[in-house]
Amino acid sequence: MKILTTPAMNRCIGCHSCSLACARLVHGRLSWDTAGIRIRSSGGLTTGFTAAHCLACSPPTCAAHCPTGALVPRRGGGVTVRRKLCIGCGECVVACPVDAIFQHGAEIFVCIHCGRCVQFCPHHCLALEERDTNRVEASP
Amino acid sequence: MIRDHFRVLVVDLGRGRGRIEEVDGRDSVAGGSGLAAMLFARYGSADRPWDDPGQPLIFAIGPLTGLFPLMSKTVCAFCSPYLDQYTESHAGGRSALALRFADLDGLVITGHAPTLSCLVVGSRTLAVEDVHFMAGMDVLESGKLLRSMFGGSGHRSILRIGAAGEQGVAMSCINADTYRHFGRLGGGAAMGVKNLKAIVVLGDAVFDLPPGRTYADLFSRVYGLVTATGMMTKYHNLGTAANLASLNKIRALPWRNLQATSDAAITGVSGERFAEEALLRNSACSGCPVGCIHVGFVREQFMAAHRYLLKQVAYDYEPIFSLGTMLGITSAFAVLDVLDQVERSGLDAMSAGVALAWATEATEKGVIGERETIVRLRFGDRDGYCRAVQALAGAENDFYRLLGRGTLHAAREYGGEEFACVLGQEMAGYATGEVFFVSQSQGFRHSHLDSGGYSYDQQHAERDVQAAVDFLVRDEAERCVLTSMVSCLFARSVYSRDLLGECLQSLGCPGLASGLEALGPRVQRMRWQLRIQTGFSPGSVAIPKRFYRLSNWKGAIDPAYLEELKGAYGRAIMALAGGGKSG
Repeated sequence: MKILTTPAMNRCIGCHSCSLACARLVHGRLSWDTAGIRIRSSGGLTTGFTAAHCLACSPPTCAAHCPTGALVPRRGGGVTVRRKLCIGCGECVVACPVDAIFQHGAEIFVCIHCGRCVQFCPHHCLALEERDTNRVEASP
Repeated sequence: MIRDHFRVLVVDLGRGRGRIEEVDGRDSVAGGSGLAAMLFARYGSADRPWDDPGQPLIFAIGPLTGLFPLMSKTVCAFCSPYLDQYTESHAGGRSALALRFADLDGLVITGHAPTLSCLVVGSRTLAVEDVHFMAGMDVLESGKLLRSMFGGSGHRSILRIGAAGEQGVAMSCINADTYRHFGRLGGGAAMGVKNLKAIVVLGDAVFDLPPGRTYADLFSRVYGLVTATGMMTKYHNLGTAANLASLNKIRALPWRNLQATSDAAITGVSGERFAEEALLRNSACSGCPVGCIHVGFVREQFMAAHRYLLKQVAYDYEPIFSLGTMLGITSAFAVLDVLDQVERSGLDAMSAGVALAWATEATEKGVIGERETIVRLRFGDRDGYCRAVQALAGAENDFYRLLGRGTLHAAREYGGEEFACVLGQEMAGYATGEVFFVSQSQGFRHSHLDSGGYSYDQQHAERDVQAAVDFLVRDEAERCVLTSMVSCLFARSVYSRDLLGECLQSLGCPGLASGLEALGPRVQRMRWQLRIQTGFSPGSVAIPKRFYRLSNWKGAIDPAYLEELKGAYGRAIMALAGGGKSG
């Protein structure tokens, strides 16, 4: 199973094309937030941008905290969301150690590792890769 | 998801309160420039001066903002402190998408805050916060502090002013997200006079998109046009700084207060030199994959034992012209040093550079001296200019107070009007000829972006007054369509009228799509009517003698052609505006 990785975030220019693509194509929304990948600026010494997204932890902490079984561990890491089971309690949002889950109303938004955002990154910061190769360099 | 009306937040800073208003007119004016003009007609006054607390500061986005690539600009409209007339200034950064996600088509700010304040707006937020402790704080430090005070990292826009705006300097800007600016005609002072140090826009709303594939497929096609074809290559590569070598080659690049139009020293400040030696990284406006923002670096040794600090400064063609070639500075790092000072103080880089270029020549000619300029001004002297920038932003004496109102104000008092490089406001960097000089001096924003006059000069050898005027009027109207959507004008070759129509159709806006032909002239007329009602007269804008005595690759400027063109364009403006009557 492939997962979304961010091997070259130091190339990011902060255009938000990835998160807007996820919101548009996966969730049918226009938003900075309702997406499985969200871009933040990082000031300080390094400057640039960081991506908040699911790191495909296995076993996933969020699933363990979900009281209704709406988050199902996914083969290869991360979770699959069963929307009908989700009650919007937000326990997963709090549980995620990397702030990868966003809640809007009773809905949660987390990366499903579909890779649809990847083609919209103009600087090839993102990749969809097999888990054991997630440290390779991004294509130029 | 595009409403058939506008959702506008009207804030009264004096009371710290606001109200949402639903304003009709979507199919008529679209948004952006059209909406801003409509809102100024509604909330502003042609009879009151720019610093009247009732005059509004307006921010407007368009129907396509955030919905297609490069629909990423915001129109800021206000009564200009520089002109005391209605004007617009445009910027990107995250401002446009933040307003979209704050669920606002327009933001109208009126009144005067009791203390230096920061306005915070979002889809569920309205607050006027006291920030008196930020008085005099520079733009970059203000940004750092504001980022720590308010949440929403990466999903917000922070607009703020520096000392220049607080002092009411007419050539002050509004900084947008550190690397972009509502630069020209005094937006900073329009904010400062309201006791408004900053505006934080939180982009926290979520909208449903139309079902089906039509919109998403069209987005992908447009995305391909701006990233996979050569249409945006210039901006993606060297950026606008590529123009430096090109214009120098055709002897159309102003040097040392336009005393020359070409110089072999261009190699030190060309776009290529900046990219090779000083480019640190690129950045982008939200919603734009082109990433035309070029962030340069310069380090400064502030102490012995190799102690350095690092400055990160975004550069473009215009600030390199105004603070580089115009000031005789021929090192990329020195340009960035002066530009960093300008950025911190919140001055408009173009106006400040051109004003100081005039002051330097005036010094050389003995018109003024150190009593006026505080520091001796010499072309090429980085340190002197860094000090002068501080003095200009702080309005430190009578001379700088006058200069900050515009170069011609100082020139009228001290002398040297004939070599003031002012075309309605301090010139943009195009010594291309008669059409550009007339276009900027008479243009709506006195901007090189009002219409492509500089391009027309380069493509037409003939001196046909009517053809040139027809072009300027037609091109301005076309640009009004784009600035009502609100597109970045770098995408003007991408967004044909047909493609804009498709975009609007895909979002379920047939009325807007079918009305594009009439939109441009309508918005153009509305803006000119406001400008004229607030005092503009084409005949009142003089073109200083220096512009009549230039030579470039086409030969010497033709004074008779320039005069004839100026008169004809002025008459055309009055005619299209219906003599300034509203309606």
